[in-house]
Amino acid sequence: MDKVRLALRVNGEPVDLAIAPNRTLLEVLREDLALTGTKHGCELGECGACAVLLDTRPVLSCLVLALECEGADVVTVEGLAQDARLDPLQEAFSDCGATQCGYCTPGFLITAKALLDERPQATRAEIAEALSGNLCRCTGYIQIFEAVEQAARRISDE
Amino acid sequence: MSDYRVIGKARRRVDARAKVTGQTRFADDLSFPRMLHCKLLRSPHPHALLRQVDVTRALRAPGVVAALTGKDFSIRYGILPVSQDEEPLCRDKVRMTGDPIATVIATTEEEAYAALELIDVEYELLPVIATPLEALQCDEPRIHDYGDRGNVHKSVALEFGDVDAALAAPAHLFDDLFFYEGNTHLAIEQHASVALLEPDGRLALYSSTQTPHYVHRALSRALDLAPHRIRVVATPNGGGFGGKTDPFHHEIVVAKAALLTGRPVKICLTREEVFQCHRGRHPVMMRMRTSVDDDGFIKAVDLETLLDGGAYGSYGVASTFYTGALQTVTYRIPRYRFRGCRTFTNKPPCGPKRGHGTPQPRFAQEVQLDKIAVALGKDPADLRLQQLIEPHSLTANWLQIGSVGLRECIERVIDRSGWRSKWQKMPHGRGAGLACSSYLCGAALPIYWNDMPHSGVQLKIDRSGLITVFCGATEVGQGSDDVLAGIVAEVLGVEPYDIRLVTGDTDLTPVDLGSYSSRVTLMAGNAAIQAAERAKALIAGAVSAKLGIPEERLVFAESRVFDAADPAQGLAFRDAVIIAETIQGSIGTVGSYKPPAAAARFKGGGVGPSPSYSYTTAVAEVEVDAGTGWLRVEKIWIAHDIGRALNPTLARGQVEGSVYMGLGEALSEEQAMRRLPPRLSHALVHKTPSMLDYKSPTALDMPEVFVDLIEQAEANGPFGAKEVGQGPLLPIAPAIANAVFDAVGVRVDEVPITPEKILRALKASGRRAGPQQFPSIAWPQAVYVPPPWEGGDGRAATKAEEALQS
Repeated sequence: MDKVRLALRVNGEPVDLAIAPNRTLLEVLREDLALTGTKHGCELGECGACAVLLDTRPVLSCLVLALECEGADVVTVEGLAQDARLDPLQEAFSDCGATQCGYCTPGFLITAKALLDERPQATRAEIAEALSGNLCRCTGYIQIFEAVEQAARRISDE
Repeated sequence: MSDYRVIGKARRRVDARAKVTGQTRFADDLSFPRMLHCKLLRSPHPHALLRQVDVTRALRAPGVVAALTGKDFSIRYGILPVSQDEEPLCRDKVRMTGDPIATVIATTEEEAYAALELIDVEYELLPVIATPLEALQCDEPRIHDYGDRGNVHKSVALEFGDVDAALAAPAHLFDDLFFYEGNTHLAIEQHASVALLEPDGRLALYSSTQTPHYVHRALSRALDLAPHRIRVVATPNGGGFGGKTDPFHHEIVVAKAALLTGRPVKICLTREEVFQCHRGRHPVMMRMRTSVDDDGFIKAVDLETLLDGGAYGSYGVASTFYTGALQTVTYRIPRYRFRGCRTFTNKPPCGPKRGHGTPQPRFAQEVQLDKIAVALGKDPADLRLQQLIEPHSLTANWLQIGSVGLRECIERVIDRSGWRSKWQKMPHGRGAGLACSSYLCGAALPIYWNDMPHSGVQLKIDRSGLITVFCGATEVGQGSDDVLAGIVAEVLGVEPYDIRLVTGDTDLTPVDLGSYSSRVTLMAGNAAIQAAERAKALIAGAVSAKLGIPEERLVFAESRVFDAADPAQGLAFRDAVIIAETIQGSIGTVGSYKPPAAAARFKGGGVGPSPSYSYTTAVAEVEVDAGTGWLRVEKIWIAHDIGRALNPTLARGQVEGSVYMGLGEALSEEQAMRRLPPRLSHALVHKTPSMLDYKSPTALDMPEVFVDLIEQAEANGPFGAKEVGQGPLLPIAPAIANAVFDAVGVRVDEVPITPEKILRALKASGRRAGPQQFPSIAWPQAVYVPPPWEGGDGRAATKAEEALQS
């Protein structure tokens, strides 16, 4: 298959690649760019582990063709921390026990980031709704809810 | 409550930063130069002979470097020494849809996939054994050429005291049938492995496994390679729950491929393949007969279980014993008989899932106790409270009980939930249910017979002040790294975050048996205490000599070593280590742990003994729509006897996660297969082989959960700690079933408790949904063991011998 050129921004940096046109954004991130923080649990859009921000909206990168991202801005879990400083969501997930095995964590962080960017005062019900497409088998979600709430408080206190 | 500085304090786990930044390297995140990719051709048929497997065409496909079939392997393997029945690639026969037949190794995953299509296989189809009933009825064709008989893998019978006599003239006999459907772990991480040759030519396998030590042994066996030529590294598991505790065919296949090609070889299973690997909860049919006196005191229990084992042995023999082993550890049961039978069927093999073999009979016991309470007009909480097992006692089946916090668990949840004003007091359609449970803190016996430690820890401390902890324990998300760091930090008075951990690597770390049976906190924790105490003694001796402070006055805290009598007199931990290294030479210590010997001395008594048992009580509050059967679990109160919570944040997470997983099992999750119409297909297919169709609860499905940790230090536990990862799952399903009865007066004696079953029960004359019949099973003669209060010494006897003695 002939490769096609793709230019986009990933975590704020320009990226220029030649890829097979059938590659998903997930494959490009993990395999071409070695950004393995983004996970996969099904590659069918069922688990939410591969969520990334595409022009500030959370998408399942396993269902996005990389070529659709021409010129787009993609943010992965690796891009959440600013310099060495963790994002308030990352701090709160750490403090609240919201990460156990950690495999679903990047997807949750990304989805929660999109939620708080849009609704900084999200209620528990809104948080549960926003995160309902991300599966976690470890936590029972409660400490994740608490972490998102704590992050919202941290952000508003800043 | 304690003057510990680290233990018992809620704090972030030591691996949190790696996990929230995406830097934790899971198996599929690894890649190496010149790495090849491996895919497996799997059987579309549930039961067939392999007449021919030909990879000639596949080998000519673009990018293909190698292809293997069953003929490239000659040695079978399996987790239990008694069930070495698995083949890395099937040689002559497939036993389930998804059995691996051949593999292609290619430069890209796509090329490997494409080449699978070019493998030519001739099958000769065999009749399919789809259920335990069929397995009992059809001795032929045999799925395996070993086992008790026909398609019965294993049947066992144990009797503690004369149960027939106790059941003959009871005040009340309760005879109930229950069914617990199978379900799977559904870890979000798919199994992945990478094998490669190290620079010195030795084989290395990086794998998402909970049990690197057992994988190490299996690789050595299946590849006929000396174990010291093999290194197994357990990458952090993206969830395990028991699903990554077997050695798997794909691990052996990539290892073989790396040896053949000399290049790194990776495999990552698809989600559908993960459903086929399974090793999850056995579907179990149960008959439980319990006799009680007029006051509800249990006189005897007679339990029969029938397990649907699937196509391979896996942990099945242990699972079978576990369906009977722990019924005795919550309440006083004077006499007890257990008979269990595991059948082979042409389905993905069942094995250990969180609670291994015990949630099923626990469901039966706790629902039946609810029935007994209702029949006798007693409060179910009181019925339990009146006959709790005594701390530090022996059970009928000779299990040594340690501390028991069950009374406190019950009292706490009935208090916090307002149980007394809810049970039988809420309007129709609303109900409350209560259930209790118990679980092991590690199996007292290893998987393979040996007298060596179950867990080992080494500490290296040097002049930099850095402490490195080496331990074979495997981080599967439960927090084993944090347990090790927390314990060592507590003993040596440093910060847990200043400790470097090297875990789960058979080259670098002393053996720990693995992350299963809730054993790591207790066993690796005790080994860590021993290693840290030894290091502390070395450092204290040196500091004492140098500063002239008596050793017993030295305190290790706040990253300092100082005089308790005069805290200003002392030095930084790092300087203390420099003195110790100067005086003692290089500082390294070891610790190890082996569980106490079991009291049971009869055949079959090896499953059940543990250094300690945890206890849990849960109350569920539900709403049931009597018109539709729709069930909504609104609140769960749960109290867990944890001995001591080493890190309460993580402990609560384990309880909530157990509630979540129990909720999924109770309400919706099913690893169930169905036959396609025979004229269309021979296949026996998974009903829901995707994460969309397999209904695991989402964020919107979680009820409110109120967690209480009951802390009464357990003498055998590190700092008094017991397990918390598995026990809290067990009471969830029966508490919900009992709440459904309280809400609408029907019994669903079956898991999952679906609206459809509730509706069926509401319409049934018996107001019940559940199994109607327990099949007749030709049980072996029971191993008869007098319970401790009827004499004997934990050995088997015959009833006749017993009669003579008395």
